[in-house]
Amino acid sequence: MKRFLLPCLAMIGLLVLVVERSASGHELSGYVEGEVRLFPENPNFPRQRDQSASFAVKPEYYHEFESGSSFTFVPFFRLDSADSKRTHFDVRELTYLWLHDDFELRLGVRKEFWGVTEVLHLVDIINQTDLVENFDGEQKLGQPMVNLSIARDWGTLDLFVLPFFRERTFPGQKGRLRFNLVVDTDQAQYESAAEEWHTDWAARYSHTLGDWDAGIYYFIGTSRDPSFTFGTDGPGNPVILPVYQQIQQTGLDVSYVAGNWLWKLEALYRKGQGDRRGLTRNDYVAATGGFEYTFTGIFDSRMDLGVVAEYLFDDRKDFALTPFENDVAGALRLAVNDAASTEVLFGWVQDIDTDARFIFLEASRRLGDDWTLELELRTFLDQPPAAFLFALRDDDLLQLVLQYHF
Amino acid sequence: MNISRALIISLLLAGAAFPLSASAMTPDQKGLAIAVEDDKRDNGFLDYKADAIMVLKNRQGDESTRYLRFKTLEVQGDGDKNLTIFDRPRDIKKTAFLNFTHPLGDDDQWLYLPALKRVKRISSSNKSGPFVGSEFAYEDITSQEVKKYTYKWLRDEEYRGQKSFVVEQVPAYENSGYTRRVVWIDQDKYRTLKVDFYDRKNALLKTLTYAGYQKYLNQYWYPDEMYMVNHQTGKSTRLIWKNYTFRTGLSNKHFNKNSLKRAR
Repeated sequence: MKRFLLPCLAMIGLLVLVVERSASGHELSGYVEGEVRLFPENPNFPRQRDQSASFAVKPEYYHEFESGSSFTFVPFFRLDSADSKRTHFDVRELTYLWLHDDFELRLGVRKEFWGVTEVLHLVDIINQTDLVENFDGEQKLGQPMVNLSIARDWGTLDLFVLPFFRERTFPGQKGRLRFNLVVDTDQAQYESAAEEWHTDWAARYSHTLGDWDAGIYYFIGTSRDPSFTFGTDGPGNPVILPVYQQIQQTGLDVSYVAGNWLWKLEALYRKGQGDRRGLTRNDYVAATGGFEYTFTGIFDSRMDLGVVAEYLFDDRKDFALTPFENDVAGALRLAVNDAASTEVLFGWVQDIDTDARFIFLEASRRLGDDWTLELELRTFLDQPPAAFLFALRDDDLLQLVLQYHF
Repeated sequence: MNISRALIISLLLAGAAFPLSASAMTPDQKGLAIAVEDDKRDNGFLDYKADAIMVLKNRQGDESTRYLRFKTLEVQGDGDKNLTIFDRPRDIKKTAFLNFTHPLGDDDQWLYLPALKRVKRISSSNKSGPFVGSEFAYEDITSQEVKKYTYKWLRDEEYRGQKSFVVEQVPAYENSGYTRRVVWIDQDKYRTLKVDFYDRKNALLKTLTYAGYQKYLNQYWYPDEMYMVNHQTGKSTRLIWKNYTFRTGLSNKHFNKNSLKRAR
């Protein structure tokens, strides 16, 4: 990580010296958390644990200059009792944002999210997934970048230069929610001779017209999703090797709001990626979309109930590197709208071709002013041997997270 | 052109030449004339920023406090643009809410979720929903536009020592949680003093009182405090305004998705 942090800091330092005159505000915030994970079913693979306890901290330092430009530093660290691979450090953000009258230049390590759907974030591509953090893929590693953003009446144009690639994190020997063999991240392979120093590019145009929000982008560079091959580790144990191929991807995201209805679509076309059979390239189309309808003030109360229905598609079908190749998903989101901001999300993802399904419940609320409590339940049901998640069939999970915010 | 729009325009053109005490006006005309005059007096502030503290109190007296900041841009010919930034509770720090008000029809709304760095378009038809768990509904905090209601002057009345108009306002937009609002407006400076809210069953639901009006830019009256009591649940929310600054140079580019993402 030092390899990209030092150049990054040097560039930010230089720009700040050139552009900024004086400082106007400092701010330190963030959270510390304790987390307990329980896996009620016996593990399928040797050395996997039934429970884990972990501690994480994510402070955020923010400094605003007189000009409105800013510097942000967000490190993250987790210490996990069960899985040494889950014990990890990351720089989530280390950014200088140059706020100019005509543009924003964002330089450094950042997170950039694209997408509109709820169950799967299909077109989100800039950041690598921090998979050991959460199976849902919503936790991301910081991505070094130069991002120029130009917002005008005709829309917003974002240009990205991504000079350094981040490898996906995978659970280790003792971790749950993994394949039968461990993914050996020390032996990551690259199609490009430049390996993680390959420069990736992306351009995105997005616009809002009344009830429509839409974005379209082109990405060329190292795939954030590895393909896989087999090998052995130092002692000669069989392992899975992640292979990062060069891809070109066009992505689209659209949302349309009409009264209580929100309609959403994400779609992509990717060239250059292998599939479950190996590294042979197989160009493909994937899409996900559906609606969210909100019932407000249900049962004469203050509560809102959102109903989400989405379809998930990948034309690689059974060879897709995802469990969501022909699935329907339904979810209920209850917002209690109380002082504690209590929220409950219940979801069900059903494979259309088999009985395989994946059910989850997420609930959260505030305790007092500074604490939050989150509960997460996940269960994998009726996964047939050929299913992508077959190895995770006994990894039902109950997770409790208590956070203190400062 | 419908009748009410024609009337608004003719009233705007006539301006002060149309004395509100004119007995020739029907109660509906007089109610509308008061709203038009009120709107006219609020016109031209261009933009403002303000900090707010919201103290939520339940029936048992337990308190919970929110710190927010508001930025508002006046838009001629349409509703105002608002950006709301949350500072506390700390777990929702940096969450921000962007609203383009439209006098009729649904507003355009986006929510920024800092944990995912996600800007999400949200359905704005939930006008009656509670704003951050408070007793203020979304429709209470978005900007007030003449066309949002139909009006009926009820009576003149002394309220807290001030000669006031009492006007009934019936929401002209869909999905309101109210059948009507009854508003006390002082006759001298057209400041809203009190609002009674009637729920969908036409029962008294909430009362909002305004206190500590201050004059800004030698012209515009803004309250230091708004106190909302829910008569049906016993809950209340005190909204305390601080650090109003006007004409700060805000423009359209401060109210887009990029500015929503970096709002703080």
